[in-house]
Amino acid sequence: MSHFIDLTLGGLTIGAAIAAIALSLVLIWRATRILNFAQGGMALACAYIAYSVTNHSGSYWLGFAAAIGAGLVGGALIERSLIRLVENKPPLNAVIVTLGLLVIIQAGLGMIYSVDQHPFVFAFDFHGYKVGHTSLQFSPASLFAVLSVLAVAVGLFVVFKYTAVGLRMRSAAFAPEVSRLLGVRTNRMLTLGWALSSAVGALAAMLATPPLISPNALDNLFVFGFTAAVVGGLDSAVGAVVGGVVIGLVLNYVSGYGTPNLSTGTALGILIVVLLVRPNGLFTRATARRV
Amino acid sequence: MLEVSGLSSRYGAVRALDGVDLNIPEGSLTAVLGANGAGKTTLLRTITGLVRCAAGSIRFRGKEISRLPVEEVVRTGLAHVPEGRGVIAELTVEENLRLGALWRRGRDRTAGLKDMYELFPPLAERRHKPAETLSGGERQMLAIGRALMARPTCLLLDEPSLGLAPKIVAQLMGMLREQRDRTGLTVLLVEQNARSALSVADRGVVLNLGRVVADADAGSLSQDTTLRHAYLGF
Amino acid sequence: MRLPSWLRLPQQTLLRHALFAVAGGILFYNLSINTSDFQQIRFAQVAYTLIAVAGLTVLVGLNGQLSLGHGALMAFGGYTVALLQKDRPTWPLWLDLLLAVLVTAVVGAVTGTAAARLRGPYLAGATLALAVGVPGLARQYFEGDTGISVPLVGSPSFLPSLVGERWMAWFSWAAALLTLVLLANLARSRLGREWQAARDDEIAAALAGIWVARVQVIAFVVSAGAAGLAGGLLAVVSVGAKPASFSLLLSVGLLAAAIIGGLGSLIGALWGSIIIVYLPVWADDLSRNFELPAKVSDNLPLMMYGAALIIVMLLAPIGIQGTLYRVVRLFRRDRVRISAAEAVTGSAPEPAPPTGSGPPAAPAAPSTHAPAAVPATPSGESAEGTAP
Repeated sequence: MSHFIDLTLGGLTIGAAIAAIALSLVLIWRATRILNFAQGGMALACAYIAYSVTNHSGSYWLGFAAAIGAGLVGGALIERSLIRLVENKPPLNAVIVTLGLLVIIQAGLGMIYSVDQHPFVFAFDFHGYKVGHTSLQFSPASLFAVLSVLAVAVGLFVVFKYTAVGLRMRSAAFAPEVSRLLGVRTNRMLTLGWALSSAVGALAAMLATPPLISPNALDNLFVFGFTAAVVGGLDSAVGAVVGGVVIGLVLNYVSGYGTPNLSTGTALGILIVVLLVRPNGLFTRATARRV
Repeated sequence: MLEVSGLSSRYGAVRALDGVDLNIPEGSLTAVLGANGAGKTTLLRTITGLVRCAAGSIRFRGKEISRLPVEEVVRTGLAHVPEGRGVIAELTVEENLRLGALWRRGRDRTAGLKDMYELFPPLAERRHKPAETLSGGERQMLAIGRALMARPTCLLLDEPSLGLAPKIVAQLMGMLREQRDRTGLTVLLVEQNARSALSVADRGVVLNLGRVVADADAGSLSQDTTLRHAYLGF
Repeated sequence: MRLPSWLRLPQQTLLRHALFAVAGGILFYNLSINTSDFQQIRFAQVAYTLIAVAGLTVLVGLNGQLSLGHGALMAFGGYTVALLQKDRPTWPLWLDLLLAVLVTAVVGAVTGTAAARLRGPYLAGATLALAVGVPGLARQYFEGDTGISVPLVGSPSFLPSLVGERWMAWFSWAAALLTLVLLANLARSRLGREWQAARDDEIAAALAGIWVARVQVIAFVVSAGAAGLAGGLLAVVSVGAKPASFSLLLSVGLLAAAIIGGLGSLIGALWGSIIIVYLPVWADDLSRNFELPAKVSDNLPLMMYGAALIIVMLLAPIGIQGTLYRVVRLFRRDRVRISAAEAVTGSAPEPAPPTGSGPPAAPAAPSTHAPAAVPATPSGESAEGTAP
């Protein structure tokens, strides 16, 4: 039983990071109808920036802030320069461009930092809390992971539902042409969407990267995050978060009761099963195809 | 108020507007008429900027707007209710209305949700329902109300009667006229249903194949039987 | 300008393609005997890459289905051949390769059936998961990272003086030319036209009586079969099948090759394959010339891949062959069809006029709207192009 609790707590922690990546993917998808294959790479670049800043300044939180800031700025810059050019083209173009971006980012990181793994600190103590004589698979770092992602999810929800800028972003995503007729500067909304999404991705990277950082550290996270986003339905932010937590739990159970090597295969299996049954994800409403 | 001269625009190799000249005086209700494909919708879309004009100029209240992006054109006081209404189905009625006024900050400058609900009572009943649950007539009210939220000086309406029952159409036309009388709103109304449009309009402009073939007051247009038969179908 | 009848290529599809293949074979033979033994391995690599890229370009360019997982499909072929060579060493190589094709084709059928319901990003993501997941499964179930080794190919019994490497290059290219002829024929057949119809407008195709899902699954099967053959050859040339040979990088590289060469074009597949096989070589030369540090030189090919993908997609999404086709089209007024690459990447020269009074249609629709054009007849030239 305690093994189960441990696995569940561990699964929640992993699930938080997966949920964050899934959420960032959904944000971009809803804003620009593009699936950002470079998301993992961009997030990792932010983590590397935190790594450098922390090493030079000695302060973890300064690095953390730098990562989030880099996410905001980087996301906005990439949208304005690169993505702008493929927004109105068929989806294939955006897929290729974001893939190319991913490859360039990973190669660039390898060139600057080399492919070796470097140590990367946790936000808080990573030793589990003690309950009586046993220590749980849940540490202050884990608590931070869960709480921060929860806070971000709630925060985004509030912004989208109740603020003017959230309304503009939603309308720009749902109906860009009509929104322009209502004076919404849709281009700015798209840039803002990418900026927010990259910042969320940066958070995911800060949570998932410790203890070691390397150019390939987040490859699996991206796949899991993508699986979670697809399982939840790319149009549903709630689905992304729920999907992330569920995938995290399942992966940890498989890892704990089975073997760790099977985790990627399991994610693959879940993805295929869900897509076979519901090709548009679990949380999206089935919409009739317009002929 | 709205002066269009030599306006041309096209889709690829097809000329949709070919040297259109128009002069819309302030406070008038002008109907833009013509057969399907004559260029009526393209005219509105070019004025607002959704379609780039290839040649010519558009001056609104003395200011040249032909090179402005859509969202800036709207900020000069022009409002456009597109064909098909453009109601954002995923948002609620109230969110749609609020959206209309967002670019105008400050409570004193916006018409206020209250006014819109008074003008269109059915919307008040459904204020928090998603817009997709509205009927055709209600959606038209929502689209017009949304456009009016920003207190525009000129309203462009594209085929508001499309798909609506005659009774509702009559109500809408009456409401438009009333708005014009009350607030001095200039209205440019594109309509396929020439008869009902001419019944409320002061003036009429008839387009054919991207060109203006008639530009006169509504009364003379209705009486010109050759013109009516040739271009307006009645 | 019409050539006299005896100079023009024959109209029958199979004969034309067979002639091209023979010409290609002769060209290659001359190239092969005049280059070193070591270069033969590169040629073999280009050959099997060409097979995989050709299959992929048919799937993406002609049928409009994106696959980011062809590296994983190649893994099935590679491991099949490796296992057979290990457990059944007496079986001839061609049989092993044939079985690799069959196994991968079955996998393709399963994938295609699952994929038939997926659209756009969902399809991309599902195939991406395949690309990432399959090597991991291979690592788990078959000898981990070291993989299964395949004995070195020796000289064939009927040409004992031929060096092993040269023989590998020859039969790889023979396989490549054979595959190209098959794919070219398919592309020009009724099936090929159904693929393109399904790509351009699924609903219209269905209304025209095409069984869209079946046609899409067949596209996957064909494409997977090619990938299986390529994977098998890779195992033979690399003397082994291991997870690292079939990584995500391979899948991305194959797609890059298809795009750079020009989607939907088999000749484009050739340009693309040459580029991605020789890119690491050129990158290494560059590194050595400028004495770049290891960190940089290791990642240079990768960086160049990514840059190539982005640059091509932004500046010339129709790829090399698409651009060549456009140039040729300037001189031939009677053939104004859009190439597959233009259709899939939305680069058609003129947008279609709007229907009714609505906003202009997206430029994905093929248009025969050119000044003095007569609509092209079905017995037109190239393997690319949409049904009129």
